[in-house]
Amino acid sequence: MNSGGFRRLRAIASKERLHIVRDPSTLFFAVFLPVLELFMLGYAIDTNVRHVRTIVFDEARTQESRSLLLRFTNSEDFRIVGEVFTDRDLARALVSGRARVGIKIPEAYSRRVQSGRTGQVLILVDGSESSVAAEAVNVGGAIALSESLDRLLEGRRMPVEARPRVLFNPDTRSANFFIPGLMVVLCQMMATMLSANAVVREKERGTLEQLFMTPVRAGELILGKMLPYLGLVLAEFCMIGLLMVVGFGVPIHGNFFTLLIVALPFYLSMIGLGLAISTRAQTRDASMQMTIATILPSMFLSGYVFPLDSMPRPFWLLAQAIPTTWMIDVARGVVLRGAGWADLWLHAVVLSAQAVVLLAISAVLFRKRLT
Amino acid sequence: MIAEAPDVPVIDARNVTIRFGRLTAVDAVSLDVGHGEVFGLLGPNGSGKTTLIRALCGLIPLASGSARVLGRDAMRESDAVRAGIGYMSQKFALYEDLTAQENLDFYSGIYGLTASQARDRQAELVDEVGLAPHLKKRGAHLSGGWKQRLALACSLLHRPRLVFLDEPTPGIDPVARRDLWDLLFRLSAQDVTLFVTTHYMDEAERCGRVAYLYLGRLLAVGTPDELTRWPGVTPAGSRRVEILGGDPAAIFDRLRDREGIVQVTIFGRSVRAVVEAAISDRSLADELNGAEIRPSWPTLEDVFVTLARAQETGGRP
Ligand SMILES: Nc1ncnc2c1ncn2[C@@H]1O[C@H](COP(=O)(O)OP(=O)(O)OP(=O)(O)O)[C@@H](O)[C@H]1O
Ligand SMILES: [Mg+2]
Repeated sequence: MNSGGFRRLRAIASKERLHIVRDPSTLFFAVFLPVLELFMLGYAIDTNVRHVRTIVFDEARTQESRSLLLRFTNSEDFRIVGEVFTDRDLARALVSGRARVGIKIPEAYSRRVQSGRTGQVLILVDGSESSVAAEAVNVGGAIALSESLDRLLEGRRMPVEARPRVLFNPDTRSANFFIPGLMVVLCQMMATMLSANAVVREKERGTLEQLFMTPVRAGELILGKMLPYLGLVLAEFCMIGLLMVVGFGVPIHGNFFTLLIVALPFYLSMIGLGLAISTRAQTRDASMQMTIATILPSMFLSGYVFPLDSMPRPFWLLAQAIPTTWMIDVARGVVLRGAGWADLWLHAVVLSAQAVVLLAISAVLFRKRLT
Repeated sequence: MIAEAPDVPVIDARNVTIRFGRLTAVDAVSLDVGHGEVFGLLGPNGSGKTTLIRALCGLIPLASGSARVLGRDAMRESDAVRAGIGYMSQKFALYEDLTAQENLDFYSGIYGLTASQARDRQAELVDEVGLAPHLKKRGAHLSGGWKQRLALACSLLHRPRLVFLDEPTPGIDPVARRDLWDLLFRLSAQDVTLFVTTHYMDEAERCGRVAYLYLGRLLAVGTPDELTRWPGVTPAGSRRVEILGGDPAAIFDRLRDREGIVQVTIFGRSVRAVVEAAISDRSLADELNGAEIRPSWPTLEDVFVTLARAQETGGRP
C-alpha cells in the first residue's frame, strides 16, 4: 500500500475510534451487555442437577429412617426443604412446585428392615423437568442400593468397586464447560453487530455517499473500519476471560495467549460477516435481524448447546463449515484440557482459511456504489 | 493525470439514461460543461438532478449513454475522476459526532494529504469560509449555514478541478448565501468548474449557463440571457406587462378568466401578465380603474414555468 493509502487507512481507523468513544450506546452494547449476559447465562446454565428441593414425609420416625434421610441430604443432590405429615400435603407440595421430589418412609419401614424383609421407601419425582427427574431417579436408586449393601455386608468390604474419574473437569461443573463457549459466542455477536452497524449507520446518515465520492478504496475502507472493532472485540474477549477466572472460578489450564492468537482470525471472519451483512442491509434494524439470523446456527450447530457427537451426519458436516464450531473447540481445549499448538494447529489453519474466504466475499460485495 | 486540455470538456454527457427498476430517472440527457464554467442545473423535485450528479461521479451505473468527467469515463475510471472532483451533497453528509476540526482532519486523511499539507490547506480554507470560531463544535451543533461551509471546506481540501454542489443553500440566510456565492465565484476565477443545482432563481441567474431538467428530460440549456429571450416564453402576438397600483389580488381575479390574457401571476405588490396584442395598455388600464401598465421582460422563472406547463399539457414548447 502506498503512503496515500496508509494515510487514508489511518484516517478511517481513527475516525471509527472516535465514533466508538463518542457513542455511549454502542459502548454500552459492546462492553457491558456481554458481561451482563455472561453473568446471567453463566449462573443460569447449570445442567448439573444439585440441591433438588425435596420434601419429606417420615411416618416411621426411627433411627433407621433418619439415617436413610441423612444419606439423601449428604448426597448434595437433594436439599430437604420441609417436612409434611400427610399424603395429601406431600402431593400438594409437588403439585405446587414447592418441591420436585417427595420422599415417603412408611411406618413399617424399620420393622420390615429389622425382620429381614424389604423395607420400602416411596420416592415421588416431578417429571416436568426431565433432567431433574432422571437424576433424582438415578440417585434415589443408588442411595437405596448402598443402604442395602451396608446392611447386607455388615461392615465387610465391598467386593467390587468402580472408580470413575472425570478428566479435565473433575467436578463436572457445567460452568467450566459452558463459559468458554459463551465467551466465544458473546464476542462473535458483538463483532458481527458492530461491524455491520458501522457501515449501515453511515448509509442511514448519508455519510457513506460523501465518502464514496472520494478516491478512498473499498479495501482501505474495510480495513480501516475493521481494525478498531477488532481491537475492541479482543479487549472484550480478554475481559470475559478474566471474569471467567475471577467471577466463576473456571481455571485456564492452557495458555490464554494461544487462545487469543487463534481468536484473531475467527473474529476477523465475524467482522467480515458483519461487513457482508452491511452491504445488503439498508437500516440498522435490518442489519440487526440479519446478524441474529447468523448467530442462531452458530449457537445451535457449533456444539455450544448440543454436543456435536450426537448430531445427525448432515448437521455434523454443516457444523464443520461454521467457524464458531472450531473456535469453541479451541476455547474449551485451551481452558479445560490445557491444549497447545500441537493440538490446535489444524484449528488455526481452518479458522484462517475461513477468515480469508469471508473477507474476500465481503470485499467483493462491498463496492463503492449506491443501490 | 487528469486531462487539463481546454478543448476537452470538463463534463461530457452523451444520452445519459438512468433507471431505477421501471422508473427512468434520467432520460437521454446530453450536456457538456467547459473549464471554469459555473453551470446551474434546475428542475422541480424528483426531476433527477441528484441522480445525474451521482452518475457523473460514477456512483450509479448508466442504463445507456456515456459520461466522461475530467476527460475520464465516470464509471470505469471512477477513482481517477474522484481524485479530481469535490462533492457537496444535498443533505449534510459529514459526521455529526465529530467536531468541525475532526471532520476536516478526516477528509484531509481521506484525500491523502500529509500532515503539513493538511495544516496549510485547512488554514487556508478555514480562513476562506470563516470557520475558525466553530472548529471545536460538533457537527450536530453547527447551524445550517456553518454546516454548509464546513461541508464546502471538506470538499475543497484536495484542490478539485470540478466541484458538484447539490442545493448548497437551502434554508440559509441571505447574507450567508451571498458569502457562499462570492466564494464560489472566487473559485471559478481560479479556473475551478462548478456544477450547481438549485431551486432559487437568483442563483440560477448568477450561473454562466443553466439547464432545466423536467422528469428526467433536459428541456433547455443556455445562458440566462439566451433563455429569457427564447421566443416560446412570450408567444407570438402577445406581450408582457406589469400592472402596478390597486389591489394585486383583485386585479389577478379579474384578469384570470378574461379573454385575451394568456398568463397572469401576482408578483409582490404588482401583477404580471402576458397579454394579447389586441388589448391595448390603455383599455387595460381603464378596465382596472386606472392602474399603471408598464412593459416587462420575462424572467428565468417565466421560462421554466412555461417549459414545465408545456410538458404538463403534453405540447412541445
Ligand atoms: N436509489 C433510488 N432508488 C429508486 N429510485 C430513486 C433512487 N434515487 C432516486 N430515485 C428516484 O429518482 C427520481 C429522481 O430523484 P432525484 O433525487 O435525482 O431528484 P432531484 O431532482 O434531486 O430532486 P430534489 O429537487 O427533490 O432534490 C425520483 O423519482 C426518485 O424517487
Ligand atoms: Mg436532489
